[in-house]
Amino acid sequence: MSLKTDSKLEKILRAGHLAVTSECGPPRGTDLSKVEEKANLIKDCVDAINVTDNQTSVTRMCSLAACIKIKLMGLDPVLQMVTRDRNRIAMQSDILGAAGFGINNMLCLSGDHQSFGDCATGQNVHDLDSMQLVQTVRHMRDEGKFLGGGDIAGPPKIFVGAAANPFADPFEVRVPRLAKKIAAGAEFIQTQCIYNVEKFEKWIGLANDRGLTEKVFILAGVTPMKSAGMAKYMKNRVPGMDVPDEIIKRLSDQPKEKQAEEGIKICIETMQRLKEVKGVAGFHVMAIEWEEIVPELVKGAGLYPRPEV
Amino acid sequence: MIVASPKPIEEVINTVKDCKKLLILGCNECVTVCEAGGKKEVGILASALRMYFAKQGQQILIEERTLERQCDHEYLEEIRDIADTYDAILSLACGVGVQFTAEKYLSTVVLPGVNTCFLGATEERGLWTERCQACGSCVLASTGGICPVSRCAKRVLNGPCGGSTKGKCEISKEVDCAWQLIVDRLTALGKMDEYEQIAPLKDWSTDRAGGPRKVAKEDVQS
Ligand code: SF4
Ligand code: SF4
Repeated sequence: MSLKTDSKLEKILRAGHLAVTSECGPPRGTDLSKVEEKANLIKDCVDAINVTDNQTSVTRMCSLAACIKIKLMGLDPVLQMVTRDRNRIAMQSDILGAAGFGINNMLCLSGDHQSFGDCATGQNVHDLDSMQLVQTVRHMRDEGKFLGGGDIAGPPKIFVGAAANPFADPFEVRVPRLAKKIAAGAEFIQTQCIYNVEKFEKWIGLANDRGLTEKVFILAGVTPMKSAGMAKYMKNRVPGMDVPDEIIKRLSDQPKEKQAEEGIKICIETMQRLKEVKGVAGFHVMAIEWEEIVPELVKGAGLYPRPEV
Repeated sequence: MIVASPKPIEEVINTVKDCKKLLILGCNECVTVCEAGGKKEVGILASALRMYFAKQGQQILIEERTLERQCDHEYLEEIRDIADTYDAILSLACGVGVQFTAEKYLSTVVLPGVNTCFLGATEERGLWTERCQACGSCVLASTGGICPVSRCAKRVLNGPCGGSTKGKCEISKEVDCAWQLIVDRLTALGKMDEYEQIAPLKDWSTDRAGGPRKVAKEDVQS
């Protein structure tokens, strides 16, 4: 087992354990204790904590600052970075800053379009795309060079991840696109929330056939539904989200006060089923503004206690 | 061509309201094709403004003229004798025409009457859509002839992103996902193996990022 970084997530994955990650959204303000509270809710049942980068284009405290806070708590943060808001100078600079604080993981994303957020009239950058950001981090780490060719004094030792959405269209390119991300240098993948388990299994099956799952660690994304209303909203309003009607039916068949419980059940069932699927290297549990539920999900899926590495 | 759309009449009124004598200057090129600033639109706008100011009891002389092109010295010379007899020239040409007119007639106020929108094509009568952002280094050869710079909302060079849904872009069900179109076209051309080649970091110095651009063709310069 040869480790490229000091990342705990990398250690867990390379040791062959199913990894568990979760995430925290930074506050819409300056209070870092909110980050601490959220991290404390999940820290014992995850290996690393993603920190979202102005998710859905709503302005928040920067991911890097919140990551530093989590790092100072002795935990392993995953810095999410979108290409929407920064050019290549700013991204390389933030990567150095993150590595300087011992942040060992990054997730490279393009980010939701700014029209979804609170600055719809703003400019977007997209100097690089997410795949090129993956390449950039790997280049900085492995070659020890800036994009401009200069040497980096102390290259950033960062474990590099990317996202994959098996449910976006067209389906036929979703495996080739995964192959591209791997070729670009992605070492782990966190997927979009999985509700259509069959479709996910088909996707990862095709990835297995191409030998891709031997080259990358795929963390299956899950999010518990709080209510039938949330499920309908995600189905109809969130681009690239696939929520089968059975899920909505299972939730709406329950009285309102029982729907969250049903959502948790569905989520745990999904994880239990996917644990057995070849190519699944772990889970990314996204429960934004419902972080307190993460331990129950992880325990329910039989993924607790977390291994020591 | 350059596609423009008329500015809201209230905005135009607000910019010309202090004039006594106004020339509305159309252009016979792109803005004529996209029905924003040709002879016909000059006439319509002139009538609307005359009616408005008459109702307000305001005296304002509005004259009409349409040039072959406003982005060309030769045609702009045609108004040399009259340009400074107006308080303002309201140009219905694209932003290029407005500026070229202003550069030529330094002492006359030149105002824009249209919003210059993009480089596009006539999809059908009355509908124009974007095709190019003049990035200065065309990548169409590797994207099946469909431009990800102008037609993908995130100008993703290795798409499609995770928001592509049923052929549409994440920003709107009305907007085609450029990368769906690219994949369809590459498939039709039997070139999907090319899809897996990673598009390198783009050199944006030929784009807006590099500052004002210029093209010089020395062999034809006099
Ligand atoms: S790649 Fe650049 S030059 Fe080519 S069509 Fe797109 S914006 Fe225009
Ligand atoms: S959905 Fe398609 S067009 Fe829209 S941003 Fe994503 S890749 Fe670009």
